[in-house]
Amino acid sequence: MLLQQIVNGLTIGTMYSLCAVGYSMVFGILEFVNFAHGSIYTVGAFITLTLVSSGRIGFGVSFLLSMIATGLLGVAIDRFAYYPIRSKRAPKMNLLIGSIGMSIFLQNLAMLIWGSQTRNYPEVLRLGSTRLLGVTISHYQVVIFLLTAFLIVALQTFIKKTKTGKAMRATAQNVDATKLMGVNVNLIVQIVFFIGSALACVAGTLVGMYYQAADPWMGFMPGLKAFTAAVLGGIGVFEGAMVGGLIIGIVETLAAAYIHAGYRDGIAFAVLIIVLLVRPTGLWGKALSRKV
Amino acid sequence: MQVLGGNRKASLSSRASRILFGILGLVLLAVPYVGVSSYVVRMFTLTLMYISLGLSLNLLSGLAGQVSLGHAAFYGIGAYTSALLSLRLGLPFMLTCLAGGIMASLLGLLLCFPAMKLQGTYFTFVTLGFGEIVRLIILNWAKLTRGPMGLPGIPQPVILGIRIASDGAYYYLILVIAVIIYAVVSNISNSATGRALVAIREDTLVAEAMGVNVFKYKMIAFGLSTFFAGIVGAYFAHYISFIDPSNFTFDESSLILSLVVLGGMGNLKGTILAACFLIAVPEVMRGLLAYRMLIYGLILVLAMMIRPQGLLGSQKRMQVS
Repeated sequence: MLLQQIVNGLTIGTMYSLCAVGYSMVFGILEFVNFAHGSIYTVGAFITLTLVSSGRIGFGVSFLLSMIATGLLGVAIDRFAYYPIRSKRAPKMNLLIGSIGMSIFLQNLAMLIWGSQTRNYPEVLRLGSTRLLGVTISHYQVVIFLLTAFLIVALQTFIKKTKTGKAMRATAQNVDATKLMGVNVNLIVQIVFFIGSALACVAGTLVGMYYQAADPWMGFMPGLKAFTAAVLGGIGVFEGAMVGGLIIGIVETLAAAYIHAGYRDGIAFAVLIIVLLVRPTGLWGKALSRKV
Repeated sequence: MQVLGGNRKASLSSRASRILFGILGLVLLAVPYVGVSSYVVRMFTLTLMYISLGLSLNLLSGLAGQVSLGHAAFYGIGAYTSALLSLRLGLPFMLTCLAGGIMASLLGLLLCFPAMKLQGTYFTFVTLGFGEIVRLIILNWAKLTRGPMGLPGIPQPVILGIRIASDGAYYYLILVIAVIIYAVVSNISNSATGRALVAIREDTLVAEAMGVNVFKYKMIAFGLSTFFAGIVGAYFAHYISFIDPSNFTFDESSLILSLVVLGGMGNLKGTILAACFLIAVPEVMRGLLAYRMLIYGLILVLAMMIRPQGLLGSQKRMQVS
């Protein structure tokens, strides 16, 4: 029973991790919480749903196309909404409100396009399940774990080994200095938005398939929780976002099972408040000293 | 000479604004009597409610710079406290309303502790989490709050023997509340306390070094701001006569914060203007019902792009980051 809950928690936790990476990367560079990230997750899930149910192309191709489309949507949002706000050197609060507006906009756009009813997600992968040590693991869960692991390793390699990755890390450290080194910072920001949104699309699609349902509000709570996960792990730290997501997934599933199911959505926030009070930089974050 | 000229200009514009405010006051007083439909009176009531909420948050987020995305929680606590006290114990409105405010304020003071340790986005996220937790407690504590079924039949308020029943009476009640909140917040913003709060907003460390007791002033900002939110919540409960947890969601909190940011941080008249704008625009667009929220989202984004300092915010207060 306990082990089963942990496995289920891990499954949902990997989804939070995928979203948290997007938050973490954007926050690491721009220091703002992109509230629209949850809505991007929703739109991604719906784009995959539409492509798959059109029946013309296979699931793999649909998934890939959907990732690219959602990634481009993220870039467009940055280019046409956030960049103009950023370039005015306004207080950070403006970006936050702007992204809340963008989130409302996308949610309602999704509702207009795909309707407000919950849509059934087609069962593209018909997979069985295995019992191991008294725990039922569906093969779909295995697919989720493997796919997530692959994406994370790929992204990690990209950030650590390539020149673009190096520029991303540099931008996160110091935007102005990176600009002086001749790096096109705006391009880096767009790459970050592309990757983050594509990962959100993966998470949205996988969750849609896991629960076999999608609705225009599906991304709201996961979005908030993924940010919580990013803060928990230490914002801007890649590994932190991953582990933070897993922790939130497991803690929330256990709490729902053993404490009270009604408080499931509140657990992540309770954990966040406690962590921030005890360790304001998150579990992995480096302590920032303030210059006077 | 230049200084004198500047002063005269300022006093002229302040006289003009005083006259403008006088006219506005008369118009507001006359609203229920000029033969407009009760729908319009209700629209004014709703707008005044959001003005009150916006002004109360402006004290905390605009003046003191403690940006909160959980204001709906305090509004909700006020509403539930007042509703439960009058439903279960039959206490009079004046008492339950005050209790609603005090209850909200007590919980609001709790947020002082994270506010002392955290800054910026981190603090904002704690308030968001706090708001969600409060909503979930209201939702799940079914024995007390009836959970998702909500509290129906909240009695009409009786104040000094007068029963508040008509749309006009409700309108005057919220007008009085809004004017009181405006007076208090505007007095604070022009006082030493207000300057201390602004100092905390601009740079907490420097403020502390200059001898501002940061904890004390944050207590004042949190206590008063959430107290007012609680009072407005209590009014809302007795006005609408039915409340349930879906009245106090994150959307509500983000709407209230949008009023403050759209109006210009710390600018009270801006908050009023923003409330008129954001509440009226969706109403005017009722014909476009399906596109209402879509356009609302777009307006928020565009407003931040076109006027980053808010409708009435001053340019000089902008951060140079």
